[in-house]
Amino acid sequence: MPKWITQVGCPYCGSSCDDLEVLVSDDGKKVLETRNACVIGNEIFHHASNPNRPTRPRMRQEDGTVKEITYDEAIDYTAKALLKAKKPLIYGFGSTNCEGMSAVGRVAEKAGAVLDNCASICHGPSFLAIFDNGYPSCTLGEVKNRADVVLFWGCNPMHAHPRHTSRYSIFPRGFFTTKGNMQRTIICVDPRETDTAKLADIHLMIDQGHDYELFDAFRTVLRGHDIPDVVAGIKKEQILEAAGKMKNGRFVMIFYGMGCCHTDGRNHNVDIAISTTRDLNSHTKASIMAMRGHYNIAGPGQVWSWQFGFPYCVDLSRGTHAHMNPGETSSIDLAMRDEVDCFVNVGTDAGAHFPIEAVRHLKKHPFITVDPNICMASEISDLHIPVRIVGVEEPGVVYRMDNVPIQFKKVVDGPDGVLSDEELFDRVYERMCELTETEPIWILNRGHAHGSSTAEQ
Amino acid sequence: MALVTLKPYKEPELYLECNNISPDAFAGKTAAEISELEVREGKTRVRLGDYFEVSGKPGDTAEQTEIHIAGDCSRIKYLGTKMTAGSIKVDGNADMYVGGWMKGGKIHVTGNVHSFCGIAMEGGEITVDGNAENYVGSAYRGDWRGMRGGTIRIRGNAGNDIGTFMLGGTIIIEKNAFIHVSTHAEGGCVVIKGDVEGRVGGQMVKGDIYVLGKIQYMLPGFKKIATVEKEIDGVSARFNHYIGDLGERHPRSKGKEIYANLFVMAS
Ligand code: SF4
Repeated sequence: MPKWITQVGCPYCGSSCDDLEVLVSDDGKKVLETRNACVIGNEIFHHASNPNRPTRPRMRQEDGTVKEITYDEAIDYTAKALLKAKKPLIYGFGSTNCEGMSAVGRVAEKAGAVLDNCASICHGPSFLAIFDNGYPSCTLGEVKNRADVVLFWGCNPMHAHPRHTSRYSIFPRGFFTTKGNMQRTIICVDPRETDTAKLADIHLMIDQGHDYELFDAFRTVLRGHDIPDVVAGIKKEQILEAAGKMKNGRFVMIFYGMGCCHTDGRNHNVDIAISTTRDLNSHTKASIMAMRGHYNIAGPGQVWSWQFGFPYCVDLSRGTHAHMNPGETSSIDLAMRDEVDCFVNVGTDAGAHFPIEAVRHLKKHPFITVDPNICMASEISDLHIPVRIVGVEEPGVVYRMDNVPIQFKKVVDGPDGVLSDEELFDRVYERMCELTETEPIWILNRGHAHGSSTAEQ
Repeated sequence: MALVTLKPYKEPELYLECNNISPDAFAGKTAAEISELEVREGKTRVRLGDYFEVSGKPGDTAEQTEIHIAGDCSRIKYLGTKMTAGSIKVDGNADMYVGGWMKGGKIHVTGNVHSFCGIAMEGGEITVDGNAENYVGSAYRGDWRGMRGGTIRIRGNAGNDIGTFMLGGTIIIEKNAFIHVSTHAEGGCVVIKGDVEGRVGGQMVKGDIYVLGKIQYMLPGFKKIATVEKEIDGVSARFNHYIGDLGERHPRSKGKEIYANLFVMAS
């Protein structure tokens, strides 16, 4: 009898829904059906059963073709490439669990590598703003139960985080928000009329790239000063109206996305958004949250901050201490400046996401991809190592966009012989220790290192 | 002043991190000892002498030591970081962190510099004949105490984030700048002799900015209060005087709020 598994986490977008139900075949190998997931969430579960999925590492040959090799060979190649490089870059982690991220942290320390995650090309500017100005944030549960004025700034959850609006931000009825969307005022700041903007009570169609000016205008009017007749393409009356709604709300929530943190000024757009949130708190309660893209992209920030003190762009090449300075130690800058000589792409697709020039530079050196699926990066790699799909075939801890940790389940077994990210990187670490004739201290202290149920393996 | 000359003879494959190229590190050493100083290329430790021919002899103290780098330093980071006295001259470009955390002495780069030039500087003088990239005289990430003293002069253009979180000192950009001048500043003076695209003085608490060219997008938090005659860096002219950022917190003194000043040359 096929079996329904409940309270399953969805390994797709940053909403990290944990209320999915998945129907699994008798033999526990195939996902038959899902409930509660949105279309993209549903897709990821069916992806696992794709018969064309690679199940063995594939190594590029001299003539450009690829050949299947064993995991041992792949682990040996990766360990040697990392040890040989003067400054390897390990990047990715959009889609893996915290256990895997922690294992990679141990490898990176041994390799003297730069450790970076997708935030580098995504919400990295948010980190910089948070370093400078703090993070007056809350959980999505608080948003659901309290927020009656919700601002979406440069983000479009209707497409990027499909269930965000129904579970947390617009529609749900909460403890103090018993009338759901009837009780909420939605303000959307976006140069385009997105599907989220269509739902909004007020849509401020801002001139692209002028977010900072509009925030400054809000702050100026909140302090009782006058502003020019038009700021960032928005009329003064509209700014006053939106500012009035925020001031008179009981709980104002600002969600922002790439449209805010990746237009000119980047971190300062978030920086001033945080200042605005702080200003609003002298009138009412207000909070702010980054719309993180992937289900566990908040994870590396948590794990590496614990391991090394920094959430991303962690340069471990000095061997004595971690150094972080995006602009210098960020993946794109390192690649464009030819500052790294080995690249490991884990659980993401640098081939698709990086500027072509950056990929060209990286391709001069060993290029390794660790990912369950075929992607652009895997196809240009010297070595592609497939792993189990977290949240489908591998359990683990993930951090939702509000930095709440959630234990994700596995629902089916992975393909025979395919390793998890954690197993793979622990073996790479052990191989590096063998090659350098050093003690694998982190493996000996594995219980201490992650303390999960897999500790006894 | 006793002169040490470094002649680059080999290009590193990646970049060299040369925290050791400073009058403070060289003072009192022989040329041979200076060649032995450790610099880094990624995780590998190399000798300064592997990349530079060292000649001359430094003084006994940093103050008496003059360093001349006779060649391009496009792939050399951290020139003159944390130096307290003496001087460095580079014939050509230099990479990131020129004069970062500098406390005293002089640096002169005849070409361009990359980002983070004069980051968190406390004193001394940096002159760059070419252009600078981003973060000239800015604070290190997360530090609310930025540049505190000294002078940075960029004779060409500069990128974004000039004087972020600045508390004191002077930055002069002789040509144009991109965006974010004196963001979060609580002191100091920035002079832009050319044009700026925008975000001049955002979240600024105290301090002065002079723009001798045009600001394409003025922040709504700045208000014009007067037109004044001023002399700045050898230029006398009429300036429109703005105060701001009205959206930001400001200290009070004698019952009055103290604002940052922005002077834009009147056309
Ligand atoms: S909203 Fe996001 S986390 Fe939720 S089911 Fe859809 S893709 Fe998965």
